[in-house]
Amino acid sequence: MTSHTGPDRGRYYVPDPSAYPFVLTASLVAVIVGVWGYLEEKHIGLLPVLVGAALALFIIFRWFRKVTLESESGVYSPQVDRTYRWGMSLFIFSEVMFFGAFFGALFYARQLSLPWLSGEGAKSATSLFLWSGFENEWPSNGPANIGGDFETIPEWGVPFLNTVLLVTSSFTVTWAHHALKENRRNLCIAWMWGTVVLGATFLYFQVGEYIEAYQHLNLTLGSGIYGSTFFMLTGFHGLHVTLGTLMLFVITLRLMAGHFKPDYHFGFEGVAWYWHFVDVVWIGLFTFVYVL
Amino acid sequence: MVKWKQGSRWVCGIGLIFSGAALGAAYDPGHWNMPVGVTDISREVFARHMLIFWVCVAIGVVVFGFMFYSVFAHRRSRHPRPAHFHESTTVEIIWTIIPFVILVIMAIPAAGTLIKMEDARNSELSVKITGYQWKWHYDYVDQGVNFFSTLHADSNRARQLNSGIDPRSVPNYLLEVDHRLVLPVGKKIRFLLTANDVIHAWWVPDLAVKKDAVPGFINELWTRIERPGLYRGVCAELCGRDHGFMPIVVEAVEPDVFEKWLAAKKTGQDLPVGRGSAAGTQVAAADPVSAAPKEKPVPSVAVPAVKPADLSKDELMKQGENVYNTLCGACHQATGQGLPPTFPALVGSKIVNGPAEAHIRHTLKGKNLMPPFAHLSDADIAAALTYERNAWGHDAGIVQPAAVAAARK
Amino acid sequence: MTQDAHRHDHHGPVQLKDGVVPYLMRWITTTNHKDLGTLYLLFSVFMFMVGGLMSLVIRAELWGPGLQYVNPEFFNQMTTLHALVMIFGGVMPAFVGLANWMVPMMIGCSDLALPRVNNWGFWILPFAFTLLLSTLFLPGGGPAGGWTMYPPLVLQTGNAFPFLIFAVHLMGISSITGAINVAVTILNMRAPGMTLLKMPLFAWTWLVTAYLLIATMPVLAGAVTMLLTDKYFGTRFFSAAGGGDPVLFQHVFWFFGHPEVYILILPAFGVVSTILPTFARKPLFGYDSMVYAVASIAFLSFIVWAHHMFTVGMPLAGELFFMFATMLIAVPTGVKVFNWVATLWRGSLTFETPMLFALAFVFLFTIGGFSGLMLAIAPADFQYHDTYFVVAHFHYVLVPGAVFAIIAAVYYWIPKWTGVRYNETLGQLHFWLSAVFINLTFFPQHFAGLAGMQRRVPDYAIAFTDFNVWSSVGAFGFFVAQFLMLYNFARCVWFRQGRPRVPARVWEGAHGLEWTVPSPPPYHTFEIPPRVPETEVTATHDDVDPLTHVKQHA
Ligand code: HEA
Ligand code: HEA
Ligand code: HEC
Ligand code: CUA
Ligand SMILES: [Cu+2]
Repeated sequence: MTSHTGPDRGRYYVPDPSAYPFVLTASLVAVIVGVWGYLEEKHIGLLPVLVGAALALFIIFRWFRKVTLESESGVYSPQVDRTYRWGMSLFIFSEVMFFGAFFGALFYARQLSLPWLSGEGAKSATSLFLWSGFENEWPSNGPANIGGDFETIPEWGVPFLNTVLLVTSSFTVTWAHHALKENRRNLCIAWMWGTVVLGATFLYFQVGEYIEAYQHLNLTLGSGIYGSTFFMLTGFHGLHVTLGTLMLFVITLRLMAGHFKPDYHFGFEGVAWYWHFVDVVWIGLFTFVYVL
Repeated sequence: MVKWKQGSRWVCGIGLIFSGAALGAAYDPGHWNMPVGVTDISREVFARHMLIFWVCVAIGVVVFGFMFYSVFAHRRSRHPRPAHFHESTTVEIIWTIIPFVILVIMAIPAAGTLIKMEDARNSELSVKITGYQWKWHYDYVDQGVNFFSTLHADSNRARQLNSGIDPRSVPNYLLEVDHRLVLPVGKKIRFLLTANDVIHAWWVPDLAVKKDAVPGFINELWTRIERPGLYRGVCAELCGRDHGFMPIVVEAVEPDVFEKWLAAKKTGQDLPVGRGSAAGTQVAAADPVSAAPKEKPVPSVAVPAVKPADLSKDELMKQGENVYNTLCGACHQATGQGLPPTFPALVGSKIVNGPAEAHIRHTLKGKNLMPPFAHLSDADIAAALTYERNAWGHDAGIVQPAAVAAARK
Repeated sequence: MTQDAHRHDHHGPVQLKDGVVPYLMRWITTTNHKDLGTLYLLFSVFMFMVGGLMSLVIRAELWGPGLQYVNPEFFNQMTTLHALVMIFGGVMPAFVGLANWMVPMMIGCSDLALPRVNNWGFWILPFAFTLLLSTLFLPGGGPAGGWTMYPPLVLQTGNAFPFLIFAVHLMGISSITGAINVAVTILNMRAPGMTLLKMPLFAWTWLVTAYLLIATMPVLAGAVTMLLTDKYFGTRFFSAAGGGDPVLFQHVFWFFGHPEVYILILPAFGVVSTILPTFARKPLFGYDSMVYAVASIAFLSFIVWAHHMFTVGMPLAGELFFMFATMLIAVPTGVKVFNWVATLWRGSLTFETPMLFALAFVFLFTIGGFSGLMLAIAPADFQYHDTYFVVAHFHYVLVPGAVFAIIAAVYYWIPKWTGVRYNETLGQLHFWLSAVFINLTFFPQHFAGLAGMQRRVPDYAIAFTDFNVWSSVGAFGFFVAQFLMLYNFARCVWFRQGRPRVPARVWEGAHGLEWTVPSPPPYHTFEIPPRVPETEVTATHDDVDPLTHVKQHA
């Protein structure tokens, strides 16, 4: 048995038993049951959703707090640090694949199903017998004009502005990182606030865009394949921006509380990676959903 | 050296067992293998199937030969001191390249067959096939003839849970339909395949055609049948509860017989072309699944309804029970209890016990998951509705064919 | 903090005698890889039994033509849930459990890299499967659209639908967290001297499997999310009327689904590559090429998915591409089979139960692989597709493939875990019964399929009766035979008082770090990473006198 005080560099930190994961799952299941009630019209009310969500948020908060305290108390060896790096990279990889499924749907619709429905390629009989007169053009809500005529968001308006915002925020978070490494904490915090504000502004504009789409353009989730891919892709991206902004916010508060050292701050870096990932996805979105 | 001799004996022995099993599998007359079929393509497909099969057998004989030899000869009691070798780049390269070459040799003819199968150009007859839950609709596109084809009533009765009917007593159990798809031999026939509700797949093994029927899209496939006969198939894509009960029967006949059948069909008659007709003599020989007893032309579900006069309640109930159990019972169940929540119970239903007009309209037009039944005759519909309105303790009056005819207008 | 962390070192884990509640809490809150490995394995045994019972419902109904016991709707629910339970509840958790137990002991580290996340990954599973199986009690019953969940059919699912989707989401989270954990452990936690190319193959296959999981489970999550929004929120991904395509789902699903089948088999390859050298008393032949083969299989698995969809009406070029790519997989898989045979060649073989299962694996998996290769020939697949020939194919690779490997692994390592031997006679009996019955179950299905019996039907034409009778007899026999194994293992786990303890190196031909710690191993092993001795890992076996065992017994 080696010394019980201070970080033990030879030993990998194995945390105590923890009830967080179990309770977290239980609370997620409560949410699921509530959502099931809503979807299947079982009128079991909002209670399970609210309780479950509140409990889940509370556990997530406690869990991250615990990790933060462990990290700050110095029990993590460099090997633990590397674990978090690998872990975060792999997690981001899985996120990329998640978006991949929806991008795949978009490409499939544009390159294959719409041309087929309009009689191009191998399935000429499809349009002849089922959807005569349907022309393949993008945007499209399909041969049955599902959801009625709609307009799309002009890409060089708000979406372009949002692109600028997000790309800028990727820079500001990098500058914050450099400042942290040079131990210029105040500068770092300032850049971080800048990043948080940029993220929040992005979200503000996106919400505005959605309202515009629903109220004036008749562009909804139900607008055929265009509406489906548009809202699912931008929606999941927006969800990730929301999470990212929250995480940046927490990191900023932690910086203000004196956490992180110039040479030891993976919590910070992990969130920055995540933010870059969100940014890259957006560039893909801007290109394939809005522009092309 | 002695060892090697023994080894080869083992290898040969095991090889023999395997090829024996394989031979049995391939040539047993009891239909253990894929049918050779009655088209150019089906024979090619069969050849590809057998080629790859024998290649696998051969590789298996070698690999398992070595393995079992080792198990036998290198067991500890005979071979107490293990060798130590554990690496050889040369053999790794060899046994990477040999399988690769074998695969290339197999891929070439397979690709050739595939290319032929996908070429549906220059067809002489087009049939549009639409899959429904759980029946097929056939439309001779340029002939103006179309009809539904469902599981034959005998099979349908026998296949109910605890029906008490021995399936073995039903000829061609689950492989017979009420209206067969009649096709001419020797002509290139193009099928245009689609579906109305969910994905189905149209498969007739003897023609070596199987393709999915996807709602909203049309897939093309083709065949050129060489011999008259009855060729049976099934829906091959899970399509819900009665997926197992939507068979396909293709009746291939000489072109002149086909023309006659078609002409009759246009006037609303069903000309029997099965056994007993001109083409019938060859039928049994080519029929793969059923070395069947007497093939007789199958009547439609109910008596064809050319009866203008009103029917008695008894007549309606009798015919209605039949129609109901064949068609409606698939969803609403023979008990009328349905399968809630998807398929509502009819027992106590407001529609069933309410005004007849709404009931008729509902049945003609369908609603959501319930398909329209406008293709049935007035009498069939009247009978089914009468049955619904008087079975299970209901007492909601009878429906006459004339009422259905009126509702159609 | 540190003090807390090491509290358990002083007095082992909580035992039942310390009180029921603390004992339950130990399992609920544990961060110990051995505890979690045990939980995973127990869960998987339970799920195997549930899935097995469902398969018995299927086989009972298929015992003869006509409908005897269940209506078609319930039959389809059984088929669907059988597959989901077996794959996501049986095989995958079993392999994660084995990874939990063995990977840290094989590469010399104290625990998995993220112990709390590990706990989460496990405890999601019981919840997910409770949701999934509870659908059987909902009005309208469970999902019945097949484990492949093709729309539009699956959209007809009633009340069960949201639970199906969310259960899949939960399983996805569990698999992804588990996979990240294993991958990070292998990449970051190896003991000094344990280079990647010295790792036991089990660790290698798991590393590759973890990457497959991380890459594909999110895609499945995306696919089922689109189902959910198509059903409830008006999107039209899978409806032609809105410009989508039902077949789009199949592409996304199989982009996950095909790598998934290798997720089920790669760890099995690892197990077999571990067991064969032990009982052949000869190092694994072609270690490097085994590693490359696994990597190539994993790579190829991403470009073959549409071989499940040859009949959907793909353009010709697509069919040709997917046919060729699929056939290619036989090459690296062949390399593995050949290397296994070469490992046996001129070894000194004994046939303890794990070895028997491993040998049966090589034999029967290869037969399953052969039928897979037949399926890959697209023109012939038009005839095979959606028939019992396919069912026979995948059960050969899954049951005498993946499941036999799991069983072999447990026989192999359970003396290490518990410190006592299983009963060898019972083990041998269990093997022979299993081997005979499993072939009786699935071999006739090849013939039924070729003769024209389609899958997913509760009833069939008279001509297929004989095949189905054999198959059903085999299924019941196989299921019953498994109780021999369960009894045998239960003896090791719960009733081991007074039986002789095994040495650290349970099998005299075994090599690797796990055999250097006592049996059973202490609650925490390798808290201080060991220095890896050259011979332990490269296992040239110079240190073993193959005759020791014989001498001892003489
Ligand atoms: C563990 C799971 C597992 C594994 C390992 C495999 C392995 C393979 N599978 Fe299988 N497969 C499934 C599980 C698996 N499969 C499942 C679950 C389904 C059905 C899903 C559903 O529809 O529900 C399926 C379906 C399936 C299909 C679709 C059939 C259809 O629906 O029409 C195809 C088609 O190509 C296929 C092919 C293959 C091939 C080529 C391999 C190859 O990897 C096999 C390679 C191995 C060998 C070939 C043997 C050893 C090699 C040698 C000895 C070398 C020399 C050999 C030669 C050169 C011939 N599989
Ligand atoms: C891993 C996956 C797996 C396993 C193990 C099995 C096991 C079995 N399966 Fe199944 N099956 C599938 C995956 C699997 N299956 C899939 C994917 C489908 C397709 C579904 C669809 O069409 O949608 C299918 C479909 C399917 C059908 C076709 C249904 C249809 O088309 O309608 C049939 C019919 O006979 C069947 C039978 C059986 C039988 C008799 C077994 C028996 O082998 C079962 C016997 C019991 C066991 C194997 C448990 C033994 C193991 C243990 C007790 C645990 C040991 C573990 C430790 C010690 C840790 N299965
Ligand atoms: C493919 C399955 C299917 C078949 C076959 C079918 N139905 Fe239905 N039926 C349904 C469904 C689904 C509904 C519910 C429709 C809705 O309200 O969304 C329904 C509803 C009904 C109702 C209304 C019940 C109520 O109280 O709401 C009647 C009456 C009815 N069907 C009669 C028939 C008759 C008569 C036949 C045969 C000629 C038939 N059905 C065949 C699926 C089917
Ligand atoms: Cu229609 Cu299966
Ligand atoms: Cu596959």
